[in-house]
Amino acid sequence: MARKVVITGLGATTPIGGDVPTMWKNALQGVSGAHTLEDEWVARFELPVTFAARCSTPALDVLSRVEAKRMDPSTQFGVIASREAWADSGITEIDHDRLAVAFATGIGGVWTLLDAWDTLRDKGPRRVLPMTVPMLMPNGVAAAVSLDLGARAGAHTPVSACASGTEALHQGLELIRSGKADVVMCGGAEAAIHPMPLAAFSSMQALSRRNDEPERASRPYDVDRDGFVMGEGAGALVLEAEEHALARGARIYAELAGTSVTADAYHITAPDPEGLGATRALKAAMFDGRIQAEDVVHVNAHATSTPVGDKPEYTALRAALGTHVDSVAVSATKSQMGHLLGASGAVEAVLTVLAVYERQAPVTINLENQDPEIPLDVVTAPRQLPGGDIVALSNSFGFGGHNAVIAVRNV
Amino acid sequence: MASNEEILAGLAEIVNEETGLAPEAVELDKSFTEDLDIDSISMMTIVVNAEEKFGVRIPDEEVKNLKTVGDAVSFISNAQA
Repeated sequence: MARKVVITGLGATTPIGGDVPTMWKNALQGVSGAHTLEDEWVARFELPVTFAARCSTPALDVLSRVEAKRMDPSTQFGVIASREAWADSGITEIDHDRLAVAFATGIGGVWTLLDAWDTLRDKGPRRVLPMTVPMLMPNGVAAAVSLDLGARAGAHTPVSACASGTEALHQGLELIRSGKADVVMCGGAEAAIHPMPLAAFSSMQALSRRNDEPERASRPYDVDRDGFVMGEGAGALVLEAEEHALARGARIYAELAGTSVTADAYHITAPDPEGLGATRALKAAMFDGRIQAEDVVHVNAHATSTPVGDKPEYTALRAALGTHVDSVAVSATKSQMGHLLGASGAVEAVLTVLAVYERQAPVTINLENQDPEIPLDVVTAPRQLPGGDIVALSNSFGFGGHNAVIAVRNV
Repeated sequence: MASNEEILAGLAEIVNEETGLAPEAVELDKSFTEDLDIDSISMMTIVVNAEEKFGVRIPDEEVKNLKTVGDAVSFISNAQA
């Protein structure tokens, strides 16, 4: 019998709240974190997209100047979320050799990389700072979290584009089940609201161009959806072997019952239109957690608000859950906070755990005319989840054909 | 050209910016590594910032000879002369 893994700490910094309580309150009310960008570079580069969803609490309001100096903004967000989750777990004493980190990012230190390139071109190699490499490396956030907590059982960085954050939970579960760690700080962090990624995602027609109405731009499942909204931030979850949590009398939010990762092997960016890879991921996570379709009451969908992405996820959900999908409360929280890329899976995992713990499903905003080809029961007003034993799923899919799913069960 | 006092004050400012150490802690007889706990990466950042601030060049092979704050002040002062 595999070790049971539970979640005992939550942390987040997002466009709709700089900590978990604020984010959760807003997620139930339904607010938008997207706003017009005031940066001079928007006009200088004549960016086709002029808005994004920035973290509502700047990292420098939380970290000291000297601390922040040695971290890329993505790492700053990750450390902020990790500290909140750690404090929330109430862990005071731990065998640090049994504490691991699985902290993801989609892109890594893109601000540091591009700032250093600007410095090299403008001022020459002597002015490129010595901290550049440790700040731009994608494992920078996992390394910083490991340093911060004294986690010595390994620090891992799953990188699978927008599935990264969810894959971190998959890795964390495996680390505990296999006996390599008792506690894992899992999460994802991203800070890519920079003109280059905005231009690049825009070139591939992935971003919404609703420049005159940023708050209404992220509209998963709506017939007028035209792309995702770039977000930033981090989510963090403390995973713990159940016996470890029980021995210290911890508050347990939920069980991480099952996880899975699959690959489409279909196209480098386009999702498989039949959603076959996503279907296999859903089925595998349910099998892993010994979950029947009827157990599932809530799904935090990947639902980025792109014309091509939202429908295959519906196809996959129907294939995996059968007709039961019609009675599942589906939330598309990217409607509120935009798409946090490699952090999105971690932040959505925090929301999914809270949905199970509080028995409340967060709200999907901007759904005015639901796409008739996606007849899901979408949560648009605060909704109570049923009592008894329940399971919620959270999906993440990434460029490269990555599919990752987690299943969360009440305890 | 800056006086030694001005160089010390300027260095203290750079060290404070990089490490958060109080500028008063940056005294001539203090060792960068032993007393101020400055690692090699921070040291290189301080060197590059000092080059810009004082308009001097501090060759990489010279950095290992700058053991104390006083060594750095003397080097910069001579380099400016």
